[in-house]
Amino acid sequence: MRVGLFVPCLVDQCFPETARSTRRVLERIGARVDVPGEPVCCGQLLFKAGLWRKTVPAAKRMIRVFERFDRVVAPSGSCVHMVRRHYPTLFQEDPVWRDPSLELSRKIFELSEFLVHQSGVEDVGAFFPGRVTYHDSCQVLRGLGVREEPRRLLARVRGLELVEMDPPDTCCGFGGVFSFKFPDAAGALALAKAERILATGAGTVTGCEPSCLMNIEGVLRRAGHGVKAFHLADILAGSTAGSRPQSNHGTP
Amino acid sequence: MDVRSDRIRESSRAALEDRDLQRALGRAGPLLKSMRNAGMATLDRPEALRERAHAVKRETMARLDEMLTLLESRIKEQGGQVHWARSADEANRVILELARKNRARSVVKGKSMATEEIGVNDALSRSGIDVFETDLGEFIIQLAGEPPSHIAAPAIHKTRQQVSALFARHFGAEPTDSIPEMTRFARRILRERFLAADMGITGVNFAVASTGTIVLFENEGNIRLTTSLPRTHVAVMGMEKVIPTLEDLDVFLRLLGRSATGQKLPSYVSLLNGPRRTGERDGPEAFHLVILDNGRTRILGDPELRETLYCIKCSACLSFCPVYLQIGGHAYGWAYSGPIGSVLTPQLVDRKRACDLPYACTLCGACAEVCPVKIDLPRLMVALRRRYQESPEWPGPSSRVERAGMELYAKALEHPALYRLVSRLARIVQVPFRRGDRLVHLPPPFKGWAAHRAVRPLPPRPFHSRSAGSPGHPEEVEDE
Repeated sequence: MRVGLFVPCLVDQCFPETARSTRRVLERIGARVDVPGEPVCCGQLLFKAGLWRKTVPAAKRMIRVFERFDRVVAPSGSCVHMVRRHYPTLFQEDPVWRDPSLELSRKIFELSEFLVHQSGVEDVGAFFPGRVTYHDSCQVLRGLGVREEPRRLLARVRGLELVEMDPPDTCCGFGGVFSFKFPDAAGALALAKAERILATGAGTVTGCEPSCLMNIEGVLRRAGHGVKAFHLADILAGSTAGSRPQSNHGTP
Repeated sequence: MDVRSDRIRESSRAALEDRDLQRALGRAGPLLKSMRNAGMATLDRPEALRERAHAVKRETMARLDEMLTLLESRIKEQGGQVHWARSADEANRVILELARKNRARSVVKGKSMATEEIGVNDALSRSGIDVFETDLGEFIIQLAGEPPSHIAAPAIHKTRQQVSALFARHFGAEPTDSIPEMTRFARRILRERFLAADMGITGVNFAVASTGTIVLFENEGNIRLTTSLPRTHVAVMGMEKVIPTLEDLDVFLRLLGRSATGQKLPSYVSLLNGPRRTGERDGPEAFHLVILDNGRTRILGDPELRETLYCIKCSACLSFCPVYLQIGGHAYGWAYSGPIGSVLTPQLVDRKRACDLPYACTLCGACAEVCPVKIDLPRLMVALRRRYQESPEWPGPSSRVERAGMELYAKALEHPALYRLVSRLARIVQVPFRRGDRLVHLPPPFKGWAAHRAVRPLPPRPFHSRSAGSPGHPEEVEDE
């Protein structure tokens, strides 16, 4: 199966290691992974800001670039949700792009759902020592309906103990343009999230959405807490005893 | 009521610093959520019921004119009168005229969002008529001179200490921490007001077209007194509140109480059919229904936004909204707050003043998950943002700098060469802000972000780094 790896702009710019981790995990389960040579972005930020006309060229590039793949996988639930849920809306009245947009929306997957449902893999042979808590990102949980997949994957990671937050599924307050228009309310929400994470006693928080992790990590670090934030891909990519994943979230 | 939604950024900041408010919200949030969830859990097939409710609303909106005309004739057959109000001013004029005709000096009111929307209390007070709110929460905030901050629990922003202080200040009551004691005190005062009132004003939860029945939900019995003791009962309804039949009412009876407070049924459900008839011992001599448009026809005619009108004002979306639970209802600056306020207000008031509301949302989707009529609130939120950005009839909320930034971002996504250039420039521009593993003293629009978070510098190279050869190989990217 030819899998196209979609590296969203945030991952490309801020978390290149997470893109490499995703690739490593996919290759480890035997997928033929290919990365488009040019950076490409789904246009989610523009779309959700209300700039639909400006989203169209980015979305068309996205559709074109991934046309040749059987499956497309991304380490970002919100970007996958953007394509799956909103591309059909964006192109519903465009006779040329409607079908290609539907095709992409049907073959794009967030990493954990791809592993569990498309590949039937729960044990990727990973090792990660320590207590980890999982943050349910809004677009991953309520958008894609992905709740159990990452937990099932984490349950098979050697050395890893999963501890749940109470509750794990409240918004971290990022919300794209929201955190720029309402930075203080966003900050208060992120802080509330951080407190729930700290209450678990976990040394690491993970998730399937890089924007949430960036938000959460920033608040935790500003408050001087040592809790690290790793994308699920970074945890799943850790393979040998003693080696911690290298990531922009956790390693200065 | 005055619109202050253009101040939401400032007022939300103030709300975050208000310790009493934060304490009240911090307590109310988990409580409201667990009550609603427990209530819905008592339903056999909640999903099917929510879908049914959505379908009833969709079908009703498709023939709203017919439903409202039927409602009008049924009410008239029962001896009631019906008034159509195109705007808030028209509704207030109708109500004021009715009060004058009845020589009303004192009016009691049941909790009603429609009357908050039109600001009838002010209109009546200006004409020298005393208006008394009789719902306990509304009674409290009327004393405080504040609007409601939650659709179902209007005084949710008040702590018991603040309520006790209000009672002491206005009535010389003994300060107390006991809620039952304060409730008994309010009840004594309200009882006198009910007995002295010439007119009662309420809202409408549902109006059943086929039978001309006005349905009212409450927990305190104050609405039942408001609709039966005074000579005249005036009910004010947004025109979307009509439903076709009593069978349809059954659907909403099971959903509204559970969604609002987790109750299978509220303590009182009143089904009112016009004024008192000969031989009947209770009820008002006259019954008037005011059907309020105030912008609703415009929403009805807008296929993309019409779903807004399906709302039954249960307030579940507020109780589950992370943003609402941080900033409270007043920050939204008008009668309706939370997610439904953010989509309804821009469609009912001066658009420019409400332009920030659809952005006061993280699009987390918690609201849509609990809405008893399955309104896709995040979709409406984004649809409104689009209007504000792309339609000349919707004056935009974005500054020139924001627009320029978005323009550059959009162009970069379209053209990889520009994307790479911006990516390289960003790595140069960040240098003077760098202190070890942090960026500090960042200018807007990153200033607010950086105020609450330690910001990491961009890594030396993005994943797609041309100079590093084919992407995705760590050794090549990092060892260049």
